[in-house]
Amino acid sequence: MARWPWIAGLAVLAIGAGWFVTRPAPLPATALDGITPDAARGAVTFAAAGCASCHSAADGPREVLAGGRAFVTDYGTFHAPNISSDPVQGVGGWSDLELASAILRGVSPDGAHYYPAFPYTSYVKADVQDVADLIAHLRTLPASDIPSLPHDLRFPYNIRAGLGVWKALYLRDDWVADAPTPELERGRTLVEALGHCAECHTPRDALGGLDRSAWMQGAPNPSGDGRIPAITPAALDWSVQDIAAYLESGFTPEFDSAGGSMADVIHGTALLSDEDRLAIAAYLKALP
Amino acid sequence: MKIRTIIAVAALGLSVTTALAQDSLSEEQQRALNARQAHMGLYGFYLTPLGQMAQDRIPYDAAIASAAANNLAAMAAIDQAAFWVDGTDSSVEGSRARAEIWTDAAGYAQVQQGMVEATAALALVAGDGIDALKGAFGPVGQSCGACHQTYRAPAN
Ligand code: HEC
Ligand code: HEC
Ligand code: HEC
Repeated sequence: MARWPWIAGLAVLAIGAGWFVTRPAPLPATALDGITPDAARGAVTFAAAGCASCHSAADGPREVLAGGRAFVTDYGTFHAPNISSDPVQGVGGWSDLELASAILRGVSPDGAHYYPAFPYTSYVKADVQDVADLIAHLRTLPASDIPSLPHDLRFPYNIRAGLGVWKALYLRDDWVADAPTPELERGRTLVEALGHCAECHTPRDALGGLDRSAWMQGAPNPSGDGRIPAITPAALDWSVQDIAAYLESGFTPEFDSAGGSMADVIHGTALLSDEDRLAIAAYLKALP
Repeated sequence: MKIRTIIAVAALGLSVTTALAQDSLSEEQQRALNARQAHMGLYGFYLTPLGQMAQDRIPYDAAIASAAANNLAAMAAIDQAAFWVDGTDSSVEGSRARAEIWTDAAGYAQVQQGMVEATAALALVAGDGIDALKGAFGPVGQSCGACHQTYRAPAN
């Protein structure tokens, strides 16, 4: 019943905290100092991060980030905004630091909290260099002048200030899994940070935070029907090659074809290198 | 005495069956659900050797590839209207068919047509060598995925 339960959690917390406002904390002004963005690398990071899965129009080309996709919840409807390079309707006029603060901290240029429907809750773990690369790539994508749609949330879920308390509790940048080898480390960056796999594959607690003790053990589908499958070794007996092939082609070892929101994820992972897909698979196989 | 018991048990059995049937799908609904899932299972069956060749997991064999691709194309092309009996969307046990198949029949027909075309193109060239197979296999995979993305729910 309680889909997207974090939003119920934030209402409870906001009321419980007497509307105490936890101040949004953007990146420090010097966060990007000394970093030279590489737009070509950023194209890969962008594919891994799945930004287009949410920000491209459902029936439009994936490189036009005009927004408009609706995420229907019991509390109202979220709309992914226009993040194309248009200076007025998109984010073309934002500085690199403003964009990085949105992605890595969930804070807007005017200092408001974003809802965790935007998975900065995972991107918070990403490397600043990777995000700077991604932003450089973002700026090469086409502009769209379609205005963003407002969210349509019911009171009290439409009060952003309550998110400060939620973020203080749940916005964590420490890793869940150990990564003793460079391959596992790369896999962990791709899974825990960029690919935000846990946002779908891990269940949430009563206040809507990810339940780290049940990491990747499957969860109700936020968009309603069916369940997101568990992808731990105990649940999925596929080989490393099977997992990598699925992330490239969408085919399971029995040649069923991935559907639902995973099909969108695979549009991104299909663009990664074989090494990156194998690193993701190695990470999953090393989970408890 | 014995006969009475048998009749009583039979009557009980009958009423239990009726009660179950009222709770779940009608025979017609269940048959359609089974049929379409079996049909999909055969897609997977014929696709397997083609996919294994395209992914370099087994050696290319022109005869096996053509036969599988012809069967896949034939299966894609048959009329499937009778599969979509009302009341069998993913809200009922065992079904993963999204309600959009019924509410957006035109969109569904369009992705189905995409699969018909992609499998026909594959059947034309599957016997012409591994490169031809690989080239035509991609669009077939995309045609499965395009439909499952919108019209199939995750399993329960
Ligand atoms: C799961 C869906 C989803 C994904 C994936 C996603 N976003 Fe978003 N994004 C959203 C939603 C929903 C919002 C609106 C949040 C709000 O209003 O609080 C948003 C807001 C934003 C904003 C703020 C826009 C504004 O006008 O204030 C930026 C910038 C942004 N996203 C960039 C990105 C980038 C870059 C990526 C990939 C690294 C990404 N998003 C991935 C859903 C998503
Ligand atoms: C036009 C839409 C469409 C296309 C094209 C399509 N499928 Fe499906 N597929 C579905 C739907 C809908 C279901 C769920 C049926 C149900 O549960 O009632 C499904 C289910 C399946 C299943 C699970 C069957 C079961 O036993 O429950 C497999 C396997 C499958 N499809 C394979 C494929 C393959 C392989 C292709 C491409 C060669 C393909 N499908 C193309 C719509 C499609
Ligand atoms: C937006 C939600 C979402 C995200 C993000 C997501 N997944 Fe999935 N995943 C799904 C759904 C839904 C399925 C079931 C697909 C189907 O019904 O065919 C799935 C299926 C899978 C499967 C196949 C499991 C099986 O038993 O068939 C694997 C493997 C997988 N995901 C890995 C990943 C990895 C790795 C990532 C991160 C790079 C990821 N997923 C991110 C929703 C998601």
